[in-house]
Amino acid sequence: MSLENQIATLRAELGAAIAAATDEAALDTVRVAALGKKGSVSALLASLGSMAPDERKSAGPAINGLKTEIAGLIEDKSTALKAAALDARLKAETLDVTLPLQPAPTARGRIHPISQTIDEITAIFSDMGFSIAEGPDIETDYFNFTALNFPEGHPAREMHDTFFMKPGADGVKKVLRTHTSPVQVRVMQKTNEKPAAAYMTPAMDPPIRVVIPGRTYRNDSDQTHTPMFHQVEGLVIDKSSHIGQLRWVLEEFLKAFFEVPNVTLRFRPSFFPFTEPSMEVDVQCDRSGSEVKIGEGNDWLEILGCGMVHPNVIANAGLDPDVYQGFAWGMGIDRIAMLKYGMPDLRAFFDGDQRWLDHYGFRPLDLPTLFGGLSS
Amino acid sequence: MKFTLDWLKEHLDTDASADEIGTTLTLIGLELEGVEDQGKALKSFVTAHVVSAEQHPNADKLRVCKVDAGTGELIDVVCGAPNARTGLKTVFAFPGTYIPGKDMTIGKGNIRGQVSNGMLCSNAELELSEDHDGIIELPADAPIGVSYPAYAGIDGVVFDISITPNRGDATGVYGIARDLAAYGLGTLKSTDMSPVPSKGKSPIAPLPHQFGADEPKAIRRFGGRYIKGVKNGPSPAWLQQRLRAVGLRPINAIVDITNWVSLGWGRPLHAYDADKLNGQPVLRNARNESFDALDNKVYTLDETMTVIADDTGPLCLGGIMGGIRSGVTDGTVNVFMECASWDADLIARTGRKTGIVSDARYRLERHVDPALTDPGLELATRLVLELCGGEAMEPVFSGEDVYPNTTIDFPLGEVARLTGLAVEPMVATAILSRLGFAVTPKGDGFSVKVPSWRPDVTLKADLVEEIMRMVGVDNIPVEPLPRLNHVAPRMLTAIQNRRRIVRRALAARGLDEAVTWSFISHAEATRFGGGQESLQLANAIAADMTDMRPSLLPGLLAAARRNANRGIGDLALFEVGQVFLSDAPEGQHTHATGIRTGSAGLSGSGRHWAAKAAPVGVYDAKADLGAALDALGYDIDKMQILAEPAPWSHPGRGGRVAQGPKTIAWFGELHPAFAAELDIAGPVAAFEIDLDALPEPRRKPTRTKPALALSQLMPLSRDFAFVVDQSVTAAVILKAARGADKALIKDVTIFDVFAGSHVGEGKKSVAIAVTLQPLDKTLTDEDIDKVSGAIIAAVTKSTGGVLRA
Repeated sequence: MSLENQIATLRAELGAAIAAATDEAALDTVRVAALGKKGSVSALLASLGSMAPDERKSAGPAINGLKTEIAGLIEDKSTALKAAALDARLKAETLDVTLPLQPAPTARGRIHPISQTIDEITAIFSDMGFSIAEGPDIETDYFNFTALNFPEGHPAREMHDTFFMKPGADGVKKVLRTHTSPVQVRVMQKTNEKPAAAYMTPAMDPPIRVVIPGRTYRNDSDQTHTPMFHQVEGLVIDKSSHIGQLRWVLEEFLKAFFEVPNVTLRFRPSFFPFTEPSMEVDVQCDRSGSEVKIGEGNDWLEILGCGMVHPNVIANAGLDPDVYQGFAWGMGIDRIAMLKYGMPDLRAFFDGDQRWLDHYGFRPLDLPTLFGGLSS
Repeated sequence: MKFTLDWLKEHLDTDASADEIGTTLTLIGLELEGVEDQGKALKSFVTAHVVSAEQHPNADKLRVCKVDAGTGELIDVVCGAPNARTGLKTVFAFPGTYIPGKDMTIGKGNIRGQVSNGMLCSNAELELSEDHDGIIELPADAPIGVSYPAYAGIDGVVFDISITPNRGDATGVYGIARDLAAYGLGTLKSTDMSPVPSKGKSPIAPLPHQFGADEPKAIRRFGGRYIKGVKNGPSPAWLQQRLRAVGLRPINAIVDITNWVSLGWGRPLHAYDADKLNGQPVLRNARNESFDALDNKVYTLDETMTVIADDTGPLCLGGIMGGIRSGVTDGTVNVFMECASWDADLIARTGRKTGIVSDARYRLERHVDPALTDPGLELATRLVLELCGGEAMEPVFSGEDVYPNTTIDFPLGEVARLTGLAVEPMVATAILSRLGFAVTPKGDGFSVKVPSWRPDVTLKADLVEEIMRMVGVDNIPVEPLPRLNHVAPRMLTAIQNRRRIVRRALAARGLDEAVTWSFISHAEATRFGGGQESLQLANAIAADMTDMRPSLLPGLLAAARRNANRGIGDLALFEVGQVFLSDAPEGQHTHATGIRTGSAGLSGSGRHWAAKAAPVGVYDAKADLGAALDALGYDIDKMQILAEPAPWSHPGRGGRVAQGPKTIAWFGELHPAFAAELDIAGPVAAFEIDLDALPEPRRKPTRTKPALALSQLMPLSRDFAFVVDQSVTAAVILKAARGADKALIKDVTIFDVFAGSHVGEGKKSVAIAVTLQPLDKTLTDEDIDKVSGAIIAAVTKSTGGVLRA
């Protein structure tokens, strides 16, 4: 067989073998059979050595051409096979992207409305220069009543439905605080004693501006009363604060809290032992629909009590009531949370029902700030 | 307190409308709770005659009545009231009538097999009073089939106001009229309270006050008047109607008169049937006596309570309630009328002790005008003579009234100082004068004498309130509170910040925040380390709310149980709140406590296509704890983790986190016995952090962070495996390895733990990876061998284990 025929036959055979290779292994077998040490193209190349110089002159380029051509075909085929293999693998890796994700509880943790509301109140009052003050839940009769100008035996004491602790060795009964007002006295009192615990706000000198959120307790239970509830109290003591400023503080707070442009308040003279003059405050609202709308409408809703701190309370704290004066107010945290967010039943606040918490709770990063807005 | 527009107009000459009066009452501090046009609400109720009442064949407590309501035919009505009887005149509601006290519309019905076409009504059903003991009883001569409110004279406007505890003077219609007149809503009318001439000496002497020197004495002045030969019986229609309109049941003329004075002037009285007294009555304290009161209950009176007593025993619990024995009836002929003044605080105390709620107590514990004691008696006497006839004997008095006689120095600027509103002196003094204060100029201001009916006014601030409520708080100009700092300084303390941060960190890990009761049951408190007597309530509201909680876990676990009962067994819940280790302020700590139940791990709960969620375990609790501590700025790996489980924990799956002597936190799986007792199925992983035990972060003078040294050299890692006893904890191995060369060793992690027969009975293999960070030069093989040797030596020494071959 002439060399040309040999080359042509090899080109045809190898071309067909390369084309027929379905994977890299088969292609490699063809490569070894053609270009390996003992391969057919290599054998042809080796035959060049025994050729006459003339013959070699023409046969050399032809055989080398065949080698290059076959190597090129194998390279191309290899690239094609790799691409096909990747395609096939990726196709096999296809997943159903519509499958629902695992319901991670991470997506569901919620902040209780009471905590959120306290954070909202804190954001507003800290901007007005109020710090947060705290005191103990188990109080003495002195701080809960006597220092706050509740005379012994006065009907106002009875109105508080007080929880008493069992008497101690000295026969004295402590109480569960019926309001956050004892902290007023603890903050105002003239004393050099450090508080007994780190959470208790130390006594301070005027000017005093504090808000006091916390748990309070009364022996009462129905749809709108629970034996435990939350109050927030405000206290301003200096040498000049008066009811005109109290009105401003409350109006500004309620506007900011309910996130409405206007609120109309109605101040009614009332009675609390620890303030004089005393007032109850109603906020104008619309109760005609299923939601209470603050800042519009023709209804009034009692929302807080307030007044000028009673001279006796100022004196009980060791300050001169003719020099120092100020105002205080108190309202229910649970109550204003219910008004703002529409929870119908106070009792559900303390049940820990996951469905309720998920519905009325707040996302962990919904941190109330004035710059970002109280609620999202 | 309820009163009618009619009644008010008896004391106040005014053209003001009911609306205007209602609004004004609220503005001046007598908060209007409701105003009702009773005629409108009750007009469909009619008077009716029970022609017959027979026992219901199928129900012991029911009666089948034939009722004549003026329609010309008898109506069948089934009635459950004990006083439904043949011949009674009462009040009837036709089918279709709305019953306000029941919030329902009565229909035609069949009650246990008997037709019932309408309803016989009680005062409570008409919302006229709380009285639901039986159906309304009308006089025998009442007409049939006429509108009940028109018949009863309760077709007018009724105001209901709430009286604050300081305003005893406003517990009578007269006092309310006085306030409205001072505001300018009319003129106060005067009433004849002049002495009624006597017909002779009183058969009853002035009541002696028999009290020991140190005994509490509630009585101040006792006035009594013997009225001879009265003809008692039902009072006239105008008086009955007036009482009914405000929810009182007319009894008889004498009793109705005492109620009329009590409600009209806020001056409670009591009437005795003089013929039922045994000997001369006296005033003394009780001696552990039993007393049959007019509310048909028997009370035991003690030596702190003042009584009016005769030779037989107590006749009346002073200032609170009369007794049955000497009660006035229709047949009473001779009356002894009492009008006395009492110590308000002692009345309040006796009222609280006995729990008796009466119109007399309500007024007397709020202070009754002492200037009304004698005139009140005259007022009542005059009306008794007018309505019942008879002869009034000389009044008898003993003891002295106490007048506060307060005079207050009132500087001109006080109103502006406290309210910000400058009131003209003329305006201020005019207001005070109209309210009954005597104002005289003194120095730069005034001297103000307080009237006898306002003992609550003792200070300048009280006068400011009087002026303010008449001027109207709405007229005080609003003024901004000046800022103390232009940028507010730090407002939260460290512990306040910790609570805020830990809440949001835990919520971000998928736990819901709960708020649970501060009080729990005694059994739970004891189980969780509390329950001491000083933390028990003396007057708990419920049996499962008796003890202050020593831990937040009982509340969370109870919530878990309630959720499980609703089908939510996979739950992640936390609370940040106070616990009580003692009743002292320092015994109150803030805990952050969380639980996960069922399969509510961090990666999701329940059955799912991707992976079956594992039941929660101790490592879930530890992970939550670590994340919470990290959010608070503490590294759990730098704290002591001790294999010392909490009392509530599975004994082998729980730990304590400590720093020095302080316990910072607990974590673990709930002890299965606890879970069973608490009726909780499935696993619970829990942690509790004592936020008060965490050290206060040190405040440095600057906020600069420590310098950061970044090495240019590549870190390298070496693995070691040790065979140790099962009881050897990871913490011991890690501590030993880390301590082998503190300069070079940057990190040690455990990447494999296993046990099996090939490592030996009671043994386990623990594999650690140690990261070495070269400091100034690349490590040679020799350097590495040296460190490796030190690590192996340290671990084998501290654990007694061996390097695994």
